[in-house]
Amino acid sequence: MIFSRRKFLQISSATFGTAAVATSLGYFSDTKKLFGKEIEEPVKKTATYCNICFWKCGAIAYSKGNKLWKIEGNPLDPLSNGRLCPRGTGGIGVSSDPNRLKSPLIRVGKRGEEEWKVVTWDEALNFIADKMKTIKTNYGPESVAFFAHGIGGNFLKHTLKAYGTPNITAPSFAQCRGPREVGFELTLGQFIGSPERTDIENSKAMALIGSHLGENMHNSQVQELSKAIENGISLIVVDPRFSVIAGKAKYYLPIKPGTDMALLLTWANILIKENLYDKEFVSQYGFGFEQLVAEVSKYTPEWCYIETGIEPELIVNSIRELAKNKPASFVHPGRHVTWYGDDAQRSRAIAIVNSLLGNWNHKGAFFQPTKLSVPGYPYPEYPKSEKGRVDVRGEKYPWAGADEGLTNEIRNASITGAPYPIKAWFVYATNLINALPNQDETIKAINNLDLMVVVDVVPSEIAGYADVVLPESTYLERWDDLNITPFKKPFVGIRQPAVNPPDDQKDNWWIAKKLADKLDLGHFFPWNHIEDYLKFRIEKGGFNYSELKEKGIILGTNKPIYIEDGVANEFFTPSGKVEFYSTQLAEKGFDPIPKYTKHEEPPAGSFRLLFGRSPVHTFSQTQSNPILQEMQSENELWLNIDIANQYGLKSGDYVKLKNQDGKISNKIKVKATQRIRTDCVFMTHGFGHNSKGLKSVFGKGASDSALVTRYKVDPLMGGTGMNMNFVTLEVGV
Amino acid sequence: MARYGMVIDTAKCVGCMDCVVACKTENNVPEGFNRDWIAYETNGVFPTLTQEIRSERCNQCDNPPCVYCCPSGASHVSEQGGIVLVTQDECVGCKACMAACPYGARFVNPEGYADKCTFCNHRLENGELPACVSVCPTYCMHFGDFDDPESEVSKLLKSRKNHPLIPAAGTEPQIYYLV
Repeated sequence: MIFSRRKFLQISSATFGTAAVATSLGYFSDTKKLFGKEIEEPVKKTATYCNICFWKCGAIAYSKGNKLWKIEGNPLDPLSNGRLCPRGTGGIGVSSDPNRLKSPLIRVGKRGEEEWKVVTWDEALNFIADKMKTIKTNYGPESVAFFAHGIGGNFLKHTLKAYGTPNITAPSFAQCRGPREVGFELTLGQFIGSPERTDIENSKAMALIGSHLGENMHNSQVQELSKAIENGISLIVVDPRFSVIAGKAKYYLPIKPGTDMALLLTWANILIKENLYDKEFVSQYGFGFEQLVAEVSKYTPEWCYIETGIEPELIVNSIRELAKNKPASFVHPGRHVTWYGDDAQRSRAIAIVNSLLGNWNHKGAFFQPTKLSVPGYPYPEYPKSEKGRVDVRGEKYPWAGADEGLTNEIRNASITGAPYPIKAWFVYATNLINALPNQDETIKAINNLDLMVVVDVVPSEIAGYADVVLPESTYLERWDDLNITPFKKPFVGIRQPAVNPPDDQKDNWWIAKKLADKLDLGHFFPWNHIEDYLKFRIEKGGFNYSELKEKGIILGTNKPIYIEDGVANEFFTPSGKVEFYSTQLAEKGFDPIPKYTKHEEPPAGSFRLLFGRSPVHTFSQTQSNPILQEMQSENELWLNIDIANQYGLKSGDYVKLKNQDGKISNKIKVKATQRIRTDCVFMTHGFGHNSKGLKSVFGKGASDSALVTRYKVDPLMGGTGMNMNFVTLEVGV
Repeated sequence: MARYGMVIDTAKCVGCMDCVVACKTENNVPEGFNRDWIAYETNGVFPTLTQEIRSERCNQCDNPPCVYCCPSGASHVSEQGGIVLVTQDECVGCKACMAACPYGARFVNPEGYADKCTFCNHRLENGELPACVSVCPTYCMHFGDFDDPESEVSKLLKSRKNHPLIPAAGTEPQIYYLV
């Protein structure tokens, strides 16, 4: 045996107790030896925050010259605690994505044909500004709608508000977490927010309903889950699919899709019947408890078994487990909850079960988020719109969020011209073709527009329908707004470029400011460079800008976040109490207490199409990131193994899916597994790209979005329930 | 002397592949290859299932067949820590080590040498944990010295039920999985 002569430094076992903490940033003076190769370039560390998803974890980017090497979590950051999720760790791949948009483009073919001419920034922005001025003259500024996802949209939002449109929207409400916020607001007068105010870390028992934490990698939640597992948390996982987290559950409830409300109302009934609810909390804070008792008494475990397919004993034992551990136990409100069109009511049922556990503001359940106070920039007042929002109006969806609006209603107005016409879409970092249900409706709306602008880093499907495409620098190449997120500890984070954009890509703030100039709105940007803006805000808030740039994060003073350390219960409902019975709902003609209604089931030979997250991808945004593509290059169709056998399919075979409206998917690889019910199939969202520009991922996997032609709108808040589609298998493709 | 090894808690691991991605960027692992990977082991019939998810890599065996069979001496055990390493310049790319490894832990780097997990020995030299361990958002991976009975890894092995991979191969792997 030949032993290495390499000298190792003596490392004591104590060294490995804690991860090394990065305290000083800047250049290493010495070059390091890696695998016998000298690294010529010095390593530069840049403190920033991640943009691979909306969590915005603090991060340190390592670069050599103008090339990114790696990115790690910032140990000072309360969200990441120095550890990024796999997408964040693979985030540097966004810069080396071979499909990236390089320069501004103006459409030369038909919309969606992806035929372009390369133009200068001046030409592109002049084109947009001219069209916007014409639209303002002919229809009013309200006829321009802005769709944005993420913090990068802030400056463009500012320009569009200055231009005069109130129609600013994001799919995060009506296609994602809106029902949850409405359900909790109606019940407790407080919403869940992002990051969720769930205190998983200190919880003794948690129920997840269709929420596959660990496959969705919301960083802080996953980190807290791990600590909770170490402390012996009891997990109750309700899912038609034996998810990763189901494998760690004390109770796994293999529910029939669409019947979650039956389970929740039965749980409420058991808590009451068995006297397991928090009587003190209910008598002190509850409103309409008697009506709740009367309403839910019919939902017995035996009835629930018939609806949900879950054994009565499992139904009873799982809620007893939550009750036993109250108030440090809770039902997780979930995140992507637009499933069946009665989602706000289902979220209300979740809020009601939690309230029976008396867990609001309690350690181990729901905390009161705290946020650093940093003043905004003093801008001129935005013009007021006489017409008001096009999407959130009066009685149609009484609890539609005026903050994020309803993407689907703006789409409707673009198609019908009512209540007034929408003539332009300005789209920032949201792939609407895949985010909204029913792609034909989206395309129909786009074809009615006079102007369609997309700002993106890659040629996404939505960019393919644009008149003008503006290439943005990636989050590792640009400045952005301050990250002031409400969470357990107050903090502010900064995003600053680690490397320069490789081509003619620009930062969103630059685009927003230039466009404002061309719209004669330059006075809305009374600063020259974004750093002037950032520095102003930070110093006005009493913080040190250089310190923020160096450390990436400045922490504020901790405040109480639980009852246990001094938070007082306050409920901002009309009664000032926790509303088991909602007079607000009754007044508008809705069920004041949630009721169970059956949802349509797939006909024989069909399966309900379910979709969810992969730990290595975000939405339909990251598939072409070469590092993340290597981790998962296509999605799989989860198919119960008995069904697979009936069809003569095995794992690795390809099938196509045909939905109830005749839509046929790309081919998708079968995963024949024990881990799913026989009445549904599952795939991860975001694959099956059909934008020609996304060459490296074109046609890989199937698009769930293309199959979601049918959706049901939640009458309370306008969200689009999307788990309503049934598919058959097309074998031999 | 020290004997480096890992203890990985399968109760916490969610199989997110952060370890795989971190290894990839830290070590510039070439496209199409990985030095670590995730294994799923599911047993039972729906809905009564059990599942173990494991982050796997070279087991840094105490009885390493890949070292014994190496004709050039490129595969060797490091003096400090007992880490199985490959001296790139001495490797002839014959793949004997790949055939000998019961874990499929090695591959031929496009540059022509056998490649595998090094426990990030370049990071250890700086007193840093291996990239996979330091990035893991579930804190499921523990690295340390099995020769030190007071080390975290030694204590974890004593405190929890665990198993190495394919012990029957007799390679004396130095990665243990807590169940």
